[in-house]
Amino acid sequence: MSLSALQEFLAGARALVPLLVGVAPFGMIYGVLALANGLTPAAVLAMSTILFAGSAQLLFCQLVGAGAPAAVVVAEVGLLNLRHALYSAALAPRLTHLPRRWKLLLAYLLTDEVFAAISQQEAKSESSPHRHWFYLGAGLALWGGWQLSTAAGVLLSARLPTSWPLDFALPLTFIAIVVPLIRDGAMLLAALVAGTVAVLVAGLPFKLGLLVAALAGMAAGWLVAGRAR
Amino acid sequence: MNVWLIMVACGLVTFALRLSFIAAEGRVTFPRWFRLILPFVPVATLTALVAPELLLSQGALWLSWRNPRLVAGVIAVLIAAITRSVLWTLVGGFAVLALWSLMLG
Repeated sequence: MSLSALQEFLAGARALVPLLVGVAPFGMIYGVLALANGLTPAAVLAMSTILFAGSAQLLFCQLVGAGAPAAVVVAEVGLLNLRHALYSAALAPRLTHLPRRWKLLLAYLLTDEVFAAISQQEAKSESSPHRHWFYLGAGLALWGGWQLSTAAGVLLSARLPTSWPLDFALPLTFIAIVVPLIRDGAMLLAALVAGTVAVLVAGLPFKLGLLVAALAGMAAGWLVAGRAR
Repeated sequence: MNVWLIMVACGLVTFALRLSFIAAEGRVTFPRWFRLILPFVPVATLTALVAPELLLSQGALWLSWRNPRLVAGVIAVLIAAITRSVLWTLVGGFAVLALWSLMLG
């Protein structure tokens, strides 16, 4: 690693650190809730490496805890993480010169927070031949923070009284994620349709109502947005 | 099925999505409908999860100010809109839930 590569790496890590303020409580909640949904501590910690995607990990816990079949869990998680394909497309032109092992590594680390840090950096400074070290620094900082906060949640969980309605943390966390995303009428319509359909079809077996409701909401938003543009 | 197998399958799907266009090196582009629908995915998926948690009680619709989860959820939406903070949304939501359960319990 040359000096400028090291500088890029550290700059990437530094760019990510402020975002850890939001990530840390989220990781702890995940650790607590995953245990409450019947996962073993080993599975809880391993999932933070295997999936490395906060909201998808929470979704996984809820679906598995509710006894949803494997195909529904994988379909729901895939749907929720579709946005990562968008990040992949945005980043792809900047990585074409790199060897395959770099592409695999950076793809694994490509999350909401890392993409946000990368986008900010690309907007404010000129391209550098060592920019991939910046991506790696941001990615590893998030990865480390996520693993630590997950472990903290697992440790904390044993000390919380069982009478607390901890399961309510899940909808509250999702509300905190969704509300800032609703910036226009089409987005609001997608949320209202998804929520209404979810309540109407909640009786469907295998939690299939979730899939139906999510697709209905997406279709509603798409119809309005497609007409507007 | 084994939780570990489902987890690995989810992990592979997620990794495949993140790698997709990086591996394709810009040779593939999105169809227009896909680009348009993508921004709605997180909002639709997560709202579909939240709404039944707030509005249903043992499978039945409970649309009333006496429903502590519904009241706490509505207040949490307001807090999230103002603060945009996961932490404050959690603190406020749990506080209202506790208060409501205490008052009506």
